[in-house]
Amino acid sequence: MAEITLDQLAHSYEAHPKSDADFALKALDYVWDDGGAYALLGPSGCGKTTLLNIISGLLTPSRGNIQFNGEDVTDKSPEERNIAQVFQFPVIYDTMTVVQNLEFPLVNRGVDAREIRTRVNEMLETLELTAKANQRAQGLTADEKQKISLGRGLVRYDVNAILFDEPLTVIDPHMKWQLRTKLKELHERFSHTMIYVTHDQTEALTFADKVVVMYEGEVVQIGTPEALFERPDHTFVGYFIGSPGMNILPCEVEGNVAVVAGHSIKLDAAYQPQRGARVELGVRPEFVRFASDNETGVPVTIDSIDNVGRYRIAKVRLADLSMNVMVAEGQTLAATDHRIIFDSQRCGVYVDDHRLEPLAGSRELRRDY
Amino acid sequence: MLEMIAVDKRVGRDMHISQVSLAFERGSINVLLGPTLSGKTTLMRLMAGLDKPTGGDILVDGKSVVGTSVRQRNVAMVYQQFINYPGLTVYENIASPMRLARIGKKELDRKVRDAAALLKLEPYLDRTPLHLSGGQQQRTSIARALVKGAELVLLDEPLANLDYKLREELRVELPKIFAESGAVFVYATTEPHEALMLGGNTATLHEGRVTQFAETIQVYHRPIDLRTARTFSDPPFNLVDVSLQDGAVRAQSVSFGSVAENLSPLQNGAYTAAIRPHHLSLSPTTAHTIALQAEVRTSEITGSETFIHLSVDGNRWVLLTHGVHRVSAGETLTIYLNPDSLYLFAPDYTLARVPSLALEGVA
Repeated sequence: MAEITLDQLAHSYEAHPKSDADFALKALDYVWDDGGAYALLGPSGCGKTTLLNIISGLLTPSRGNIQFNGEDVTDKSPEERNIAQVFQFPVIYDTMTVVQNLEFPLVNRGVDAREIRTRVNEMLETLELTAKANQRAQGLTADEKQKISLGRGLVRYDVNAILFDEPLTVIDPHMKWQLRTKLKELHERFSHTMIYVTHDQTEALTFADKVVVMYEGEVVQIGTPEALFERPDHTFVGYFIGSPGMNILPCEVEGNVAVVAGHSIKLDAAYQPQRGARVELGVRPEFVRFASDNETGVPVTIDSIDNVGRYRIAKVRLADLSMNVMVAEGQTLAATDHRIIFDSQRCGVYVDDHRLEPLAGSRELRRDY
Repeated sequence: MLEMIAVDKRVGRDMHISQVSLAFERGSINVLLGPTLSGKTTLMRLMAGLDKPTGGDILVDGKSVVGTSVRQRNVAMVYQQFINYPGLTVYENIASPMRLARIGKKELDRKVRDAAALLKLEPYLDRTPLHLSGGQQQRTSIARALVKGAELVLLDEPLANLDYKLREELRVELPKIFAESGAVFVYATTEPHEALMLGGNTATLHEGRVTQFAETIQVYHRPIDLRTARTFSDPPFNLVDVSLQDGAVRAQSVSFGSVAENLSPLQNGAYTAAIRPHHLSLSPTTAHTIALQAEVRTSEITGSETFIHLSVDGNRWVLLTHGVHRVSAGETLTIYLNPDSLYLFAPDYTLARVPSLALEGVA
């Protein structure tokens, strides 16, 4: 297992990149902790696969270098880097049995026969494939085949890292739940350094200790799932994480008040006035609620309400701005006169898409709840 | 209207579709929900006329269409894989069904531009599909299905290969786009959440049979049997075998409190109890009165919510709660259950009782 250092890494698919726009991956400096579980999250074309290929050694970066435990491996092949990879589609031998498939990577590396048996049996049990151990892989379902793929990566205890490239995309929702928790358990057990590429926020957030959010070749935020949800550094993170994403409303900020379409919304901290920049208020649909009869709030009209089971999503209009408000299961809404209340502690101010820090010492003490 | 009456599809000795009866109105959204290999695609191919049923009948506006070739029927299909003409521009891809139908130049141009505007393809009309992202390619195939003015629009997991966020947007837009066209709109998916987002009606499929067909939110709240409940739950329902004695529910070694009957009289005896993960609580409330001991298997934090995987009285359960709760594997937790939130299924797996919330249809 290894700590992986990305040192001034950048990559362009052009031979002679001229501007920033020519880079699929813009300058990146980061250290991946030994034994950490990371996710690379972003829409297609954001550079996450480019970064993964640089780590695995399929691609040599145009600039910078990559180190495993301090040793420069930039020019080493994927085999020399001793990395296991799991892809979107199962990569297994159809004519071999489940056991033979799991043994193969170990036999190839000359591991002792008794050791192989122990590890493979343990893996069969963890993956709940013991009953099918001696069946040929070709008769198995897609889920089971993908489990074998995961197992083939995970039986190798000595790898520097395990890389996953959208491993659950082809799996049915129910099985996704099982495989996801399985991966999590395996990580807790073996503490491999794991890097997981996905465009699915649920997979990224539930799998990783730290999520790396990428957008147009740039890392826009690296943080815990909690930080990405509660304090997005960039409006893209607010939009991309959360379903529906963060409401982003044009505003003006005066001290600890944000003025949105003529309505004042109290914030829990004061901000430096901004001139000549695009200022927006960011608040998640989870942190806006409908006011009860005796509360004041910002008047809105409801465009539609979608019942998605666990909660409802109300699409509302504040003057000419549309936004989403989450309504809990079982909560009743008044027939008319709808007003909403913003959770002041969960509102962020964004200037040209980047989160603005409040003035030092101006933040109100946070209630504990 | 599209009707399927007792439709069978046998392939060799295997029944791929058994006794499917469904009726879809014009302008309606109909979701086919079920896991891979449950028969969604086979059913769609039968509806389209690409395959012939081995039993039963398929009617359009009361007239049988079995035996009418797909070419003579006005059907549009969108598949999971993006299918476009690689040599044609986006404009020509969208226009292609109208060229075949010999529609006038002016009308054709207007329709292409309207569809492109709806699907946000205006900037790409002169490009060929290979120079588009996956989302743009799929929007092109959807635009082509739209301009065709088909009476029956079949979408087979159309968003499965797209980015999460794009999926979220199209999921909201698609029903609106097609509702206006007055077509029968059929949408196959494996994801319960997608069915709920689309709304309309849902038919749940299990091994080639339709287990229930009703308004989507009704199927969610009142699944007719255990198979339907399992198909329509994500995260999965927590299940436990219980015995019922005069309203008191007991699992192997613990009491789950008492429930009132609501759908039908409850006989004493064995049931399967099911509870949704978000109906369990980490703290007692006036409703969550039953304390249960649970062992933590693992936990997943999404930032806004925490999924705690538990072992409760020998059963694997999931608890879903707001906010971030850090717990570690092996830890013992006390969780709280609201007896009223229990679903009960009879030994033949039919629904016997639902939570009051589901009965009122509030939720």
